[in-house]
Amino acid sequence: MATLQDVSQCVLEGDLDGIKDLVQDLINEGVDPILIINEGLIGGMNIVAPLFKSGEMFVPEVMESADTMNEGMKLVKPLITDEDVPSKGKIIIGTVNGDLHDIGKNLLVMMLESRGYTVIDLGVDVKEEAFTKAVIEHQPNIVGMSSLLTTTMMKIESTIKQLIADGVRDQVKIIVGGAPVTQEFADDVGADGYSDDASTAVELCDRMMEEQCKLQELGV
Amino acid sequence: MLTIVGELINTSRPAVKEAVINRNKDAIIDLAIRQAEAGATYIDVNCGNMINNEEETMEWLVNTIQSAVEVPLCIDSPSAAALDVGLGLSRYGRPMINSISDEEERFDTVLPLIKKYNAKIVVLCMDSTGMPVTADDRMKVVRQLHKKLNQAGVADDDMYFDPLVKPISSVGTAGIEVLETIRKIKSDYPNVHFMCGLSNISYGLPNRAILNRLFVVQTMTLGMDGYVLDPTNNKTMADIVTAKALLGKDNYCGGYIKAHRSGLLG
Repeated sequence: MATLQDVSQCVLEGDLDGIKDLVQDLINEGVDPILIINEGLIGGMNIVAPLFKSGEMFVPEVMESADTMNEGMKLVKPLITDEDVPSKGKIIIGTVNGDLHDIGKNLLVMMLESRGYTVIDLGVDVKEEAFTKAVIEHQPNIVGMSSLLTTTMMKIESTIKQLIADGVRDQVKIIVGGAPVTQEFADDVGADGYSDDASTAVELCDRMMEEQCKLQELGV
Repeated sequence: MLTIVGELINTSRPAVKEAVINRNKDAIIDLAIRQAEAGATYIDVNCGNMINNEEETMEWLVNTIQSAVEVPLCIDSPSAAALDVGLGLSRYGRPMINSISDEEERFDTVLPLIKKYNAKIVVLCMDSTGMPVTADDRMKVVRQLHKKLNQAGVADDDMYFDPLVKPISSVGTAGIEVLETIRKIKSDYPNVHFMCGLSNISYGLPNRAILNRLFVVQTMTLGMDGYVLDPTNNKTMADIVTAKALLGKDNYCGGYIKAHRSGLLG
């Protein structure tokens, strides 16, 4: 009989062929789909993340694991409604105006999704106003901005200013990253957080969401 | 003839940034001399992350480098103003600009500098529609840029196409698409040159050096004739010298034998 642990092991190993049978077995056994997602599929990615951070796993392996998780998700998702899908929080992310680089951003999107976040990826070359529009439309907890170029790094600042001007800045936490971006720069432009790689960015989001939950409990 | 652009004078490297902030001439001169002696045909100057005083930094770097070596410079910046400063001070040979692309603003601001300084130009296979994935994506940009540069009077011999190397860790076909692009450019525009930084190919993977080294050999086999790299890395330079001989571009194997006598081949 298949177990949830088998599923997470399968995700860890990136076994794209094996995952379907395994998840289907669990569904047939009547295991709660939410449990399959949280403890099986996302559970597997939760093992992957620290191994990636410590350098024991590499980018293509993480991608294979994430693809494996998504294969499993395809079978489980039809069994639950959107409201049932557990989400750790909603994050909007994009590469800023004038910048077309997305390798790091895409990696982060994948890792956030595998951590259980709902991610709205605005893509590359995202204009200042488009960030505002997305915040109003999707009401996210966190907005992430990426820039690989020193020339477009300043667009992080202008995007934050735009969010302020449009009166939506205080609804969200803002995190920034990309090769030329530093903690100092993040502080200067008034971002709430910075990280220098995808793994720590996920941890950063986790901390921000925990803080938000605490504040909510306190009724702030 | 291979073009080797020495990449070490770049303020995104912490040691260089520190030297620049402290105006430590000796450190910069040491990097310039070591790269020139190792066979750099151009020395790259990049201070693009000094966003508050890039032009002033560019001026100091170019003057410092040229106080010690007479190698032509590759002026490398996202800012047209900083390019202008660096190119204006370049004294030895014809300078190179890194780079132009078919992103509208970039093209319009860099083209006048090519003409003004009679510079050679690194042409990035990228436009404002996004990063190319396939060789065909890249060739669309190549054709467009070649046409525009040609119409502006830039000679094929002065164009160095950069096929845009991306990590195979995120897209498995990133390497083969670059090889295919080189083959196509070589067949459609036999008189242009190439330029690329290689180390991107291995991003996200362990033991990056072996991937970088093999990719030098693979790209050279298809006709790549220019690299932005660390020329003081003996292993890379040994690969290049050896590949040149194997590809029949080394008369009487003279370069190879010379490298042997100098101890470069180990």
